[in-house]
Amino acid sequence: MIALPILIPLFGGVFCLLAWNHIRWQRVITLIGSALLLMVAIWMLFFVQQNGIQSLQIGNWSAPFGIVIAVDLFNAIMVLVVATIAFVIAIYAQAGMDMARIRYGFFSLYFFLLMGVNGAFITGDLFNLYVWFEVMLMSSFVLIALGGERPQIEGSIKYVILNLLSSILFLSGIGLVYNLGGTLNMADLALNLPQVKPAGQVTLVAILFMVAFGIKSAAFPLFFWLPASYHTPPVTITALFSGLLTKVGVYSLFRVFTLLFTQDTQFTHTILLVIAGFTMVTGVLGAAAQTDMRRLLSFHIVSQIGYLWMGLGLFSKPALAASIYFMVHVILAKTALFLVAGIVDRMQGSFDLKKLGGLYKTHFGVALLFLLPAFSLAGIPPLSGFFAKLLLVIAGFELHQGIIIAVALGVSVLTLYSMTKVWNEAFWKEPPEKAQALKPVSAWMWAPVIGLVVISVCLGLFADPVMGLAEQAAGQLINPSEYIQAVMGVRP
Amino acid sequence: MGFLLAVTAGALFAAGLYMILRRSLVKNLVGLLLLSYAVNLLLFNSAELIPARPPLIAAGESLPPDVYADPLPQALILTAIVISFGLTAFAVVLVRKVYQVLGSDDLNVMHCTDIPCEEKELEIPEEHLEETP
Repeated sequence: MIALPILIPLFGGVFCLLAWNHIRWQRVITLIGSALLLMVAIWMLFFVQQNGIQSLQIGNWSAPFGIVIAVDLFNAIMVLVVATIAFVIAIYAQAGMDMARIRYGFFSLYFFLLMGVNGAFITGDLFNLYVWFEVMLMSSFVLIALGGERPQIEGSIKYVILNLLSSILFLSGIGLVYNLGGTLNMADLALNLPQVKPAGQVTLVAILFMVAFGIKSAAFPLFFWLPASYHTPPVTITALFSGLLTKVGVYSLFRVFTLLFTQDTQFTHTILLVIAGFTMVTGVLGAAAQTDMRRLLSFHIVSQIGYLWMGLGLFSKPALAASIYFMVHVILAKTALFLVAGIVDRMQGSFDLKKLGGLYKTHFGVALLFLLPAFSLAGIPPLSGFFAKLLLVIAGFELHQGIIIAVALGVSVLTLYSMTKVWNEAFWKEPPEKAQALKPVSAWMWAPVIGLVVISVCLGLFADPVMGLAEQAAGQLINPSEYIQAVMGVRP
Repeated sequence: MGFLLAVTAGALFAAGLYMILRRSLVKNLVGLLLLSYAVNLLLFNSAELIPARPPLIAAGESLPPDVYADPLPQALILTAIVISFGLTAFAVVLVRKVYQVLGSDDLNVMHCTDIPCEEKELEIPEEHLEETP
């Protein structure tokens, strides 16, 4: 049963390929498939929360020899958030994607991307993680280049080369880990790696993984592919990427730096913390200079990644819990912002802040839909971003990390500044002289955005139960013996 | 033998990194290829190389012999080769597409995603237009 998050997108993608000439069928399959995935994800979260960590030995080869799928609470939360985003985008894409891209297989690529993402989340094997990464990357390569406009092609070449480089580094890391630990099963590695002498070798390999996942998750100074490529495809694809791709990188980082590489946290996690600070600052400063909504939001992705790294760098149970909560919050809020940008573009025909304006008067609803996730991202109470940042800051205080707290709060103010800029330019100021008449927007685009914003607001209003779940998940991460036992069947 | 493989892999890594830092896209592509070869060699070397000891379990036994060649790195390499083959095929097509759209394979020309371009720079050069689908 826990293999369903991989199987549903697989079948969805295959059926979409079979119905290549029947666009109507593809639309129906996409809606049904993503709804099914969402239901399975919800069920899985409840199941894992009640029955503990689940694992599945594929082909009945017992661990550590076979291929393992393992779902702990952190995985289940991630799969649920991804399924939510996937469902929302499946609806949005019905009207948001142009026919040409749909004819060239957008929907099947969408499913294969989801398969890769879910596979990366629930696998318990380091090499399989690499394979799922490649499944995900391959679909994203095609999605980002689909259409072949000049900026798209330029963006995708940067995206492809840097991500391939990261895969190569990741694979070398896997080879070296196999040499040190003699296995690739992550739970088994967690048992073997502490015995490696001298322990410095493990730290060395850990840095290799840090760079590889740093490129994937767009951390400083490895993030340059992201703002160069994310704004080029249609906004539906950008929203999908912003919710899923970099977060898979962050997820993998969390997995390996809580399970495998915890021998020398003084060294490795301090580096993580320093990178986190720089990522926040450079991301938000980059965003402040932009006038295109999509580029601005792309830089904000980078900035928010810094907060996720910060929780991992602090490496305590409250910090990890705050990071998990932050991850849920940022995926929802960021995707909502991109989708609202898509609606604004559909209405006024541009993403350029200089050409926008006046939406507050004519369409208060759009303004509100933008304002709520934007404030949430900046951290205004009682929205989810406020609680996420508050918890991170409290966790930092407990560990006396004053500098990173100051950076996090400063970046928060700058985030508010750049969100205010978008608000002023796109919604508040008078419309430019030459503005065209506003175009109507389909209900297929409205409904998912409204739904997503409502979920995002609820995440803030009902922060307590979600936080309780995140704390449980963090408990499993910081003390991996439960995970190891679930996979290996023996208590370490 | 292990030492020789390690040196070769290192040389390939160095050459690949050098090529990936060049401005020409085709050279970048060659760089990526060299890097993936380097990784394959590294994977091959990740378990001890033991000649003439196949990992076969003799009839009537349930465990392999004490010393045997680890088959896993070879399985990993096979997977990695297949994946890098697919990715390289895609990258080659993409590079060709870039040349069609831009009329150049110089990375310095591709700045429109970072520094916004003028409208006329965005036009696809005429001599390549008929090839673009």
